[in-house]
Amino acid sequence: MALAETNGKGRRKSPLFGIAKKTGTTLATVAATMLGLLFVTFFIGRVMPVDPVLSIVGERATKEQYDAVYVALGLDKPLFVQFFYYLTDVVQGDFGKSLRTGFPVWDDITRVFPATMELATLGTLIGVFIGVPLGVLAAVKRGTWIDQIARVVALIGYSMPIFWLAIIGLLVFYGNLGWVSGPGRLDIYYEDIIPSVTGMILIDSLIEGDMMIFRNAISHIILPASLLGYYSLAYISRMTRSFMLEQLSAEYIVTARVKGMSEWAVVWKHAFGNIKVPLITVIALSYAGLLEGSVLTEIIFSWPGIGKYITISLLSADMNAVMGGTVVVGLVFVLLNIFAELLYKFFDPRAK
Amino acid sequence: MSMPETAKTSLRAWLLTNTPTSRRHARAAAIYQGWLSFRGNHMAMLGLGILVLLVLIAAFASVVAPADPFAQDLALRLTPPIWQERDPAIEGYILGSDSLGRDILSRLLYGSRITLYIVTLVALLAPIVGLFVGTVAGYVGGWVDVVLMRITDIFLAFPRLILALAFVATLGAGIENAVLAISLTAWPPYARIARAETLTIRNSDYIHAVKLQGAGALRIITKHIWPLCISSLVVRVTLDMAGIILAAAGLGFLGLGAQPPSPEWGAMISEGRKFILDHWWVATMPGLAIFTVSLAFNLLGDGLRDVLDPKDGSQ
Repeated sequence: MALAETNGKGRRKSPLFGIAKKTGTTLATVAATMLGLLFVTFFIGRVMPVDPVLSIVGERATKEQYDAVYVALGLDKPLFVQFFYYLTDVVQGDFGKSLRTGFPVWDDITRVFPATMELATLGTLIGVFIGVPLGVLAAVKRGTWIDQIARVVALIGYSMPIFWLAIIGLLVFYGNLGWVSGPGRLDIYYEDIIPSVTGMILIDSLIEGDMMIFRNAISHIILPASLLGYYSLAYISRMTRSFMLEQLSAEYIVTARVKGMSEWAVVWKHAFGNIKVPLITVIALSYAGLLEGSVLTEIIFSWPGIGKYITISLLSADMNAVMGGTVVVGLVFVLLNIFAELLYKFFDPRAK
Repeated sequence: MSMPETAKTSLRAWLLTNTPTSRRHARAAAIYQGWLSFRGNHMAMLGLGILVLLVLIAAFASVVAPADPFAQDLALRLTPPIWQERDPAIEGYILGSDSLGRDILSRLLYGSRITLYIVTLVALLAPIVGLFVGTVAGYVGGWVDVVLMRITDIFLAFPRLILALAFVATLGAGIENAVLAISLTAWPPYARIARAETLTIRNSDYIHAVKLQGAGALRIITKHIWPLCISSLVVRVTLDMAGIILAAAGLGFLGLGAQPPSPEWGAMISEGRKFILDHWWVATMPGLAIFTVSLAFNLLGDGLRDVLDPKDGSQ
């Protein structure tokens, strides 16, 4: 390092070195967390009161058949050897076969995950496009009725059981008013018409240019996405408000106002410009929350996403599917967290 | 008339003094001043009021409830609430009856016991685990810190509801297991908070002074670090209570929490869901109960944060 600091070449290298080091530490953190995640999942899978052998051979198998499968599954080995086997399988993308669907768990997950992503993405978009302006407005008009309304909206969002709101939403907007379509992603006669490219029906139907299916998909997704969007909005608007308040009380804002800058420029150029990075972090966290937290929503709307997949597998004691699904959701969650953290580190000079 | 008046004002003066005469006096004064500023927050007082009412209802459910929450009457099943059009000959059933003809109001009143039971247990269990892990990690440092925090991160990385689901599925459905599962997913944030507090306290002068007097790590952590972590934990716990109630209701809704015929609010929503199109009240009433209680906890938590944690209070 001493040498690197003396010549000009070395100085250009050193930030790269810093980035490499940071990336290395981050990768190590991700790896350690994932290893722990896999271990906990594996442990839950093993202590589950389900006999994996019995579920394969059935009740009427002979002792010999039972033992053969028992050995074939590696259950006679010590626990940590089993864990090692599980680990090598998982690294190769092999989560075993789902007993319920009969397909490899990985195939199931790649099929259901886009549905969850579609819902969570739309929900987050709603949350951002309403939540951010609402939060900024609440901070600028602090203490007025607008601020109070924003506060009540967020409080209700924090306090409402989402599954209940979903049921009431279905009752009102589907049952009584008929404004939206019912549970599911599409009406039954539209299903399996367009080829699956991304797995997200909204995008696939646009690629195909089939506006009828697109409209039908919208009428199905709009209610669950709005519900998730409301929860995301409650969180994002509160965080935006508190970030903005912190900025608006800073001295540079006073300076800008004294200089005669317009209020619009003060709020949106100066104050808002400074909260972009923490705001993106919050949005990433909220997105991760929707990806994992949509379990109950998916069940009520019969949305064929990963939350519903894991829950139904769990209730039918399909261990491979539960373990695989949990690991994948955990991985996405960890990656989004890391992404948010990296963003902070690289773009906010104060965090260095 | 004048005697109690003077006694009252002097007590108030004693509590508001700037020169406390003893440690207990100072503490009482701090609590009183906190109460005064808390009392000024109407929304927080509303939350507190609702929760006091909830505790009273839970304690005296057998007196308040108009009917037996388990008594079925199939002839009167799915009776609408009293303000709806219904057979005027039917008495009682203020909020209507469910699919087995049980009185929904009574079930809600008794259900408050289950909600309070779950919330209290989780609120005791999770922060204590978090406090323990966080302070040990923060105070001992080194590889202990690394290992404990990595474990915390792993539990943070888990999808919370799914982890709780998996644990309940493993342990078997029931209230106690739901409590364990929710606590298991709830402790990591407390550990983080406790660790952060410990790190700021660890190198302060008074800790060094206690150490020089020969106090061991155990004594320092339990007597000198824990008390300082309490207030930030209390705020966080109160704000998390709503989440705990919603998680418990979610588990009950999925059939993994309290088991029938117990009047758990989430399970009641799940029962009512089947009749939602024609008999909206069966699922709506318990949802309103859950909403009211978690709203009360959120209001109280906001108020407490303003009093106990002035750093965020201004926001």
